[in-house]
Amino acid sequence: MKKALILALVVLILAPAVFANGGDEKEAGPASVLNWNLGSAGPKTLDPGLNGASDGGDVGNNLYEGLVREQAGIVHPGMAESWELSDGGKTITFKLRDAKWSDGSKLTAGDFEYSWKRAMDPATASEYSWIWEYTNVVGAQEAAEGEGSLEDVGIRAIDDKTLELKLKNPTDYFVSLMSFYHFHPVKKSAVEAGPDGIWASDPELSVSNGPFILTSYTIGEGLVMEKNSNYWNADNVKVDVINVAFIDVASTAYQAYKNGEFDFLSDVPPAEIPRLVAENPEYYIFPLLGTYYYNFNMDLEMWQDVRVRRALTLGIDREKMTEIQGKGSIPAAGFVPPGFVDNKGKDFFETAGTYGIPTDASGVAEAKKLLAEAGYPNGEGFPKFTLMYNTSEGHQQIAEMVQEMWKTNLGIECDLENQEWAVFQDTRTQGDYEAARGGWLTDFMDPMGLLAIFQTGNSYNDPNYNNAEYDALVSKANQTVGAEHYEALYAAQDILMTELPIVPVYHYTDDLLSSPQVKNWSRSVLGTLDFSTASIER
Amino acid sequence: MRNYFLRRFIYSLFTIFLIATVTFFMMHSIPGGPFTRERPVPPEIMRALNAKYHLDDPLIVQYFDYLKGLVTFDLGPSFSKIGVSVNKLIITGFPITAKVGLLAVILIIVLGVPFGIISALRQNRPIDYIVTFGATLGVTIPSFVMATLYIFFIAGKLGLVPTFGLKTPGSYIGPMIALSGYSLSFVARLTRSSMLEVLRQDYIRTARANGLKELAVIGKHAMKNALIPVVTYLGPTIAALMTGSFVVERIFAIPGIGRYFVESVTNRDYTVIIGVTVLYAAFYVFMVYLVDVLYAIIDPRIKFEKEAG
Repeated sequence: MKKALILALVVLILAPAVFANGGDEKEAGPASVLNWNLGSAGPKTLDPGLNGASDGGDVGNNLYEGLVREQAGIVHPGMAESWELSDGGKTITFKLRDAKWSDGSKLTAGDFEYSWKRAMDPATASEYSWIWEYTNVVGAQEAAEGEGSLEDVGIRAIDDKTLELKLKNPTDYFVSLMSFYHFHPVKKSAVEAGPDGIWASDPELSVSNGPFILTSYTIGEGLVMEKNSNYWNADNVKVDVINVAFIDVASTAYQAYKNGEFDFLSDVPPAEIPRLVAENPEYYIFPLLGTYYYNFNMDLEMWQDVRVRRALTLGIDREKMTEIQGKGSIPAAGFVPPGFVDNKGKDFFETAGTYGIPTDASGVAEAKKLLAEAGYPNGEGFPKFTLMYNTSEGHQQIAEMVQEMWKTNLGIECDLENQEWAVFQDTRTQGDYEAARGGWLTDFMDPMGLLAIFQTGNSYNDPNYNNAEYDALVSKANQTVGAEHYEALYAAQDILMTELPIVPVYHYTDDLLSSPQVKNWSRSVLGTLDFSTASIER
Repeated sequence: MRNYFLRRFIYSLFTIFLIATVTFFMMHSIPGGPFTRERPVPPEIMRALNAKYHLDDPLIVQYFDYLKGLVTFDLGPSFSKIGVSVNKLIITGFPITAKVGLLAVILIIVLGVPFGIISALRQNRPIDYIVTFGATLGVTIPSFVMATLYIFFIAGKLGLVPTFGLKTPGSYIGPMIALSGYSLSFVARLTRSSMLEVLRQDYIRTARANGLKELAVIGKHAMKNALIPVVTYLGPTIAALMTGSFVVERIFAIPGIGRYFVESVTNRDYTVIIGVTVLYAAFYVFMVYLVDVLYAIIDPRIKFEKEAG
C-alpha cells in the first residue's frame, strides 16, 4: 500500500513533465516511468565526443545511438543497417538506415564524419581521443595527437547513406567498438549552439538520435529522459520516461530503492554486497574488462631476479582475498580478464590458463623454494620495501592482506603507504616507488587493449617493463586479425606471466540492483546500460 | 564611526584577496591536476587540455588572469563539469544550500537559546538535566551519523518522508536536524552557562531588589549580556551553515554547493575551489562584521569609537 502510494506520488510529480512535452501522449494511458540512480554526483559532460566516463556513457547510450548497438556481447545494427568489409578488411563501408535526429532532421553519414573528426581534433580536447589509436583508422592517431591533418583521416561520407572507413590494418573489433559512447554522432548545429558540450545537457539545445531525448537537467540533482518519437525503432521502446538521480552516497540510494523510490541502482553499498549476493535475486554481478594488480618498479635492483617476482606472485591467496573483499571479484592468474572471445570462439581467459599460479595458497611452497634459490631463504636478507596504493578503504584492505600474506607465507616484509589519487598517479608515472597498486579497464573487445600497456614507451607502462620480444608480439597483434592476432596475444601474455613485472590480483566486477518490475534492460560487455528495449510491469 | 566601518570594509576586501591568493597557490602547488583520471590521459591530450584551459601559461599569468576574473565576478569555467561556469554552479547551488542553512540557523536560535535560558533558570532541576544531556548528545553525535540514522528510521522504516532530495516540505526536516545538531546543542550550552554567570552579577540582584518582575529581569537585563557570547558564536556559524555541509548535502542528496568544498579539492577543480572558498570567506567576513554591529545594539557599552581611537 505504501509503495503504491509512493508510486502514485512519483507519477503525480512526473505527470506535468510528461504531459508538458508530448501532446499526443496524453491519451496513451499511464506513462511507463523508470527511476534510476546513476550512482555518481552527475556526469562531467553528456557530449559524446567529450565524455570519458561511464556515468555519462550510461546516459549517453540511451540518448544516442552509434552505427551499432552492443547488448550483452551481441552486435545489433543501429544507425547502420548493414556493413561490408573489402580490401582484405582494410575498408569498411557502412550503409545507414533512414534515421532522424530528435529535432526531425535527417541524420546523414556526414554527421558521423563531422562528429568523429571533431572528437579527435586536439582543439576539442576530448579526454578520450586516445581511443582513435586503437581504431586503426588511417591518420586518426596522427590527427588526434596533432601531428596530422583531419583531411587525411580515413573517414569519408560518400553520400548521405554511405560511410566509408579506411583502416591501417584489418581490425576484428572495429564494428563492435562503434557502439561505444565516444563514437555516438552529434549534430553540428546543436554542438555549435552551446560551446564545450554544454548543449548536450541543456534540454533546449540537446539534439540526439537514440531511444530517448533529454527533457530536463539539474546540476547535482538529476535529469529526465523521455521517449524519442523520432527514433527509428521508437515502436519498440516501451519506457516513456526515465528519471535519473545523481546520488553518490550508495547507502542513501539503497534506502530509497528499498522504499520503492528507485527501480534501478548503478551503485550498491559495499557493506550490503555479501548479503545481497546470498539473498537477493535482484542483485547482479558482471565481469568488467579489467584487472587489479601490483606493479614492480623494474628499474630497481631489488626486482631484477624473476624468482623473487614470481615468489611474491605465488605468495598470496587470491581466493581468500576476493572472498574477504566480498564483491564477487575473480581471482587473477593472468592479466586478461574473462569476457574476450578469441578466433576459435573460446574465452581468452580460459584458454590462457593460470601459468602455474594457483589462485589459492597452494603456491606458497614453490614460492619459498624460489626465494631460497634466489638467496633469500624464508625471506631473510631481502630488503624491506614500500607497497603504495591510492587512498581508499578498498585498496587498503587488499594491501593489508597482501602485506600479511607475504609476511606469514614468505617472511618478506613491506610497509604500506597511501597517497591521495592525484598525487599517487604522479608518483607512479615518475617511477618514484618500489611496488605500487595498478588497475586497468579496457574499452574495446580485444585483449590488446590490456596487453598493450606494457609495451615499451606506453604512457601506462608503470613498471617500466622493457622486452623487445613482447613489444614485437603486441605490434604484430595490432597489425593482424584472426588466428595470427590471437596467437600473438597469447604469446605476449605468456611472456608477461613468465617475467611478471606485475602481480595480478583479481579481475574487476561490476554490480547493480534492478527491481523485478523492470524487464529486458541490457548491458553491454563493456558495462554500458541500455534501456532501449526495457519495459516496466508494475 | 563611519571611519571605522570604512576601514573594516577595506580590511575585509584585503582578507578576501589574501584568501583567494593563498588558495590559488596552495592548490596549484599540490601534485596532480584537474585532468588526472583513473585512466591517465595521454601526454598529447593532456597538452591539448592544458592549452584549452590555459593551464600551460606560467602560474603568475594564470594568477593575474584569475584575479582579473575575480574582480569582475567571473570565476571562470569549472574543470570537472565541462562547459559549466563556476558562477553557474554557485547560482544554481547556493540558493538551495542557503535555504537549508537558514532553516537550520532558525532552528538553532528558536530552540537553542530558549533551551539554554530555561536550563539556566531551572539549574539542577530535571529540565536542566534533560537539556544538558540532550545538548551533550547533540555535540558528540557526528552529523553523518544523525543523517544516516534519520534516513534509516524516519525515511526507511517509518516511511514518513522521502529518502533523498528536497521534494516535499518534510524533506527539509532531516537536513535541518543533521545540519543544526551540533550548533544547536552548543548554543544551548553556551546560553546556559553565560546566563548562569550573568544571573550572579550584582546588577541583576539590584534589578530584583528594585522589585522588577522576573520576566523583565531576565528578558531585559540578563538576556542582553548573556547573549553576547552566543551572538559571537552564531556569526561564523551562520556563514558556515549557509554555505553548506559536505556530509549532510551528500547523504541527503541535496544539490547545493556544500559538496564542492571537498569534491573540488579531490578533483583539483581549481576554479571551483577558489570560487566556493571566496564565497565562504566573504560570507564569513560579512558575518563577523555584522556581529560587531549587533554588539553595539545589544550592549551599548561597546563603542566603535573607542576601538577606532
